[in-house]
Amino acid sequence: MSAASHDAHHAHEHNDHGHGHDEGGAHGSLKDYVIGFVLAVILTAIPFWLVMADVLPSHQMTAVAVMGLAAIQVIVHMIYFLHMNSRSEGGWTMLALVFTLIVVVVTLAGSLWVMHNLDTHMMAPMPHDMREVP
Amino acid sequence: MSPDLVKTIFGRLTWDAIPLHEPILIGTFAMVALGGITVLAALTYFKVWGYLWREWLTSVDHKKIGVMYIILAIIMLLRGFADALMMRAQQAIAFGDAAGYLPPHHYDQVFTAHGVIMIFFVAMPLITGLMNLVVPLQIGARDVAFPFLNNFSFWMTVGGAITVMLSLFVGEFARTGWLAYPPLSGLAYSPDVGVDYYIWSLQIAGVGTTLSGINLIVTIVKMRAPGMSLMKMPVFTWTSLCSNVLIVASFPILTAVLALLSSDRYLGTNFFTNDFGGNPMMYVNLIWIWGHPEVYILVLPAFGVFSEVVSTFCSKRLFGYSSMVYATVVITILSYIVWLHHFFTMGSGASVNSFFGITTMIISIPTGAKIFNWLFTMYRGRIRFEVPMMWTVGFMVTFVIGGMTGVLLAVPPADFVLHNSLFLIAHFHNVIIGGVVFGMFAGIVYWFPKAFGFKLDPFWGKLSFWFWQIGFFFAFMPLYVLGLMGVTRRVSHFEDHSLQIWFVISAFGAVLILFGIISFVMQMVVGFMKREQYADKTGDPWGGRTLEWSTSSPPPAYNFAFTPVVHEIDAWHDMKQRGYVRPTTGFIPIHMPKNTGAGVVLAGISVVVGFAMIWQIWWLAVISFVALVASAIIHTFNFKRDYYIPAEEVVRVEDARTEALRSLA
Repeated sequence: MSAASHDAHHAHEHNDHGHGHDEGGAHGSLKDYVIGFVLAVILTAIPFWLVMADVLPSHQMTAVAVMGLAAIQVIVHMIYFLHMNSRSEGGWTMLALVFTLIVVVVTLAGSLWVMHNLDTHMMAPMPHDMREVP
Repeated sequence: MSPDLVKTIFGRLTWDAIPLHEPILIGTFAMVALGGITVLAALTYFKVWGYLWREWLTSVDHKKIGVMYIILAIIMLLRGFADALMMRAQQAIAFGDAAGYLPPHHYDQVFTAHGVIMIFFVAMPLITGLMNLVVPLQIGARDVAFPFLNNFSFWMTVGGAITVMLSLFVGEFARTGWLAYPPLSGLAYSPDVGVDYYIWSLQIAGVGTTLSGINLIVTIVKMRAPGMSLMKMPVFTWTSLCSNVLIVASFPILTAVLALLSSDRYLGTNFFTNDFGGNPMMYVNLIWIWGHPEVYILVLPAFGVFSEVVSTFCSKRLFGYSSMVYATVVITILSYIVWLHHFFTMGSGASVNSFFGITTMIISIPTGAKIFNWLFTMYRGRIRFEVPMMWTVGFMVTFVIGGMTGVLLAVPPADFVLHNSLFLIAHFHNVIIGGVVFGMFAGIVYWFPKAFGFKLDPFWGKLSFWFWQIGFFFAFMPLYVLGLMGVTRRVSHFEDHSLQIWFVISAFGAVLILFGIISFVMQMVVGFMKREQYADKTGDPWGGRTLEWSTSSPPPAYNFAFTPVVHEIDAWHDMKQRGYVRPTTGFIPIHMPKNTGAGVVLAGISVVVGFAMIWQIWWLAVISFVALVASAIIHTFNFKRDYYIPAEEVVRVEDARTEALRSLA
C-alpha cells in the first residue's frame, strides 16, 4: 500500500493523480539485461578459470584478483539489474549508495583498524597465558 | 509425567521461574495485576473495546500511532523510573554493615532493566512517536509512505516492551548492564534466561525501529508538499530525516551483533567467547558502532523540537537556518566515527585513541553552533515563557554542562581516570535528560494541542519543569563528585561511609524528579478536565510557523483537504503574511489507507516466538514461527487496503471548521 494515501500533486485541481511515477528512474531494456548478464557471466567465469587453472603465481594474488572481480561484479549488478545511476529517483538512490558505502567502509575499515590495534597491544602473550591470568 | 516429557513441553520453564520468594517482585506483580484488572474492567464496563480496536489499535493513521508510541513511552518511563528509585534508595543506605534491601543478584537486573527500558522503550518510542505525529503534518502529507508498516512497527515495539516486562514475573532479566558485554553475557557466565530476554526483546523491537526508520525517510523524501525543497523543510523534519538515516544505517549492526551473540548462546559458536578464537572485544567494538549513532538518533529530533519551539515562542525566524541544517548533517556523519571513545581503556594504542578522541571533540563544534543559533534566535525576540520555552531554556543550561563534561571524557588520558565511574553516569544522564527528555517534554507540551485540540495545564507543566530541573541537579551533580573521587558504576554496596552523604543527596534529587513525573501526568489530567477552557479552536494556538498549524486541532483524518503549496521556510508563517485564504469549496473525495489488525496479530505472534526461544520450548517456537510467516503471507492477500472519504464527508468536516473559525472572528 505504498504511499496509498498520498497525493503528491498541486493543491486544487489534480488532487487525485497520486504519486505513481518515479522521476527519471530507468526501467531497463532487454539490451541492458543481456549486457548485464553477459558481463556477469564473464566476471564469474574468470575467477573460476583463475582458481581451476592456477594461472597466477601465488594464491594470495589469486585471492586479491577474485575479490577485485567480485567488486566489479557488484557494480555491474547495481547498474544493469538495479538500474542505479546518478539520476534515478532524483539522485536519491545515488545518495543512499554513497552513504551506504561510507558507512560500510567506516564500519569495516574502522573495525579492522581498531581490532588490529587491540590485537597488537593486548594479545601479545599467547592466548594460553592469558587464560592463566587470574 | 516423565521429566523428559515435561522438559519437551515446557523447555526450561518451571515453577521456580515464578519469583514467589522475592517479596518486592510479588508486591509489584500484585500492583500490576490489580491495576491491569481495573483497567480491563473499566474498558469492559464502558464498552470501549470495540472503539479501541477500530479507532486505535488497528489504526494506520500516523497521528494515532504517534500518540500510542508516546503513551507506551510514558508507561515504560514509570517502570524505568521505578528501577531508578530502587537503585537510588539502595545506594543511599547500603554502607558498611547495612546490606540494603536489594541483593546484588537483584540489583544487577535492576540497573540492566533501567538502561534497556529507558533507551529502547522510553526514549526511542518518544522520538518515533513525536516524529510520526508531526513530520507528515509538517511536510503537508496525508499519512506516512507505508501506513500499514507504521502500525506494524509500533506493535513490534510494543512486543519488545512486553517481552521485557514478562521477565519481571517469569524468570529474570539480564544481569549484565544495558549492552550485555560478553564474556559476562555468554553462556559460561549467564546460563539463565536473563540475557535471552534481553536479546529477544531488542530483536523484536529492533524490527519495528528499523522499519519505521525506512518509512519516515521515504515519507520525507517522497511526500513533501509541492514547493518544499530540502532547504525549505522545517528543522524538525530535517533532524528527523537525519535521525532516521542513522536508524537505518546503524540498527542492522545491532541486529547482527545480537544475532552473533544468540548464536554463541544457542548454537555453541565462539564469536565472543574467551576460548577457541572468540574475541569479546569484537562485540564491544561492533555494538558501539551502533551505540554511538544511537545517542544521536535520540538527541537530533530533540534539537529539532527546540528549533521549532524557540522560533515559535520568540516570534522570529530561526537564526541561521542553513547553518542549523549543515550542523545536523555534520553531526550525522561524525556520529559514525567516534564509537571507540566508549572503550579507550580497552587497550588501543595512542594513534587509535587520539583519532577517536579528536573526532569526538570535533562534534562539539556543530553542536555548539546550534546552541548559538538558538541563543541568537532569542536575542531581541519577543520571548513568551510558556512551558515548552521553559523546557528549552532549561535544556540549554543543562545540556551545555553535559556537553562540557563530554568533551572532558573525550580526552583519552582523562578517560582513563573517569572510565566506568559515576562521572560517566552523571555525564550521559546530563545529556540524555537535559537533551532528549527535556526536548521530548517540550515537544509533547508544544504539539499536544495539535494532537488533541486543547492545551495542557500550564501550572502543573511549570511545576513539572521546576521539579525536573532542580531534581536533575540534585540527583546527578553528586555523581560527578563521586566519579571524580573514583566511585565506579553498578555497585550495590559501599564500605566508605564518607561517600554516603552524596548518595543521600542524589536520592533526594530522584524524589524531586518523581514529583516532576507526577506533575507531568497531572498537567495532562488537569488539562483534560479543563479542556473546554484550554480548547484550541483556531488550530494555531501558539502563533506557529510551520504547516502543521495550518490545519485544525486535532487535524481531520486526511490532515489537509488540499495539499498546501510551499514558497518559503516557515510555510505557514509565510501563508499568514501573504493573507492566505482557506479554501471553502471544491472539495473532492480523498483516497486513504484502511485500518488493519495484521500489525497486532504479527507482533503478538512475535512475542510468542520470542518467549518460546527464551525458554527453549522448541515445539512452540516452530509452530509460532510458521504461524508468523503464514500470517504475514495471508496479509499480503488482503486487497481491501484503501477507501475514499466521500466528498460530502470532507465538505461536512471542512464546513464545521469554517463555522468554528467564523465564530472566533
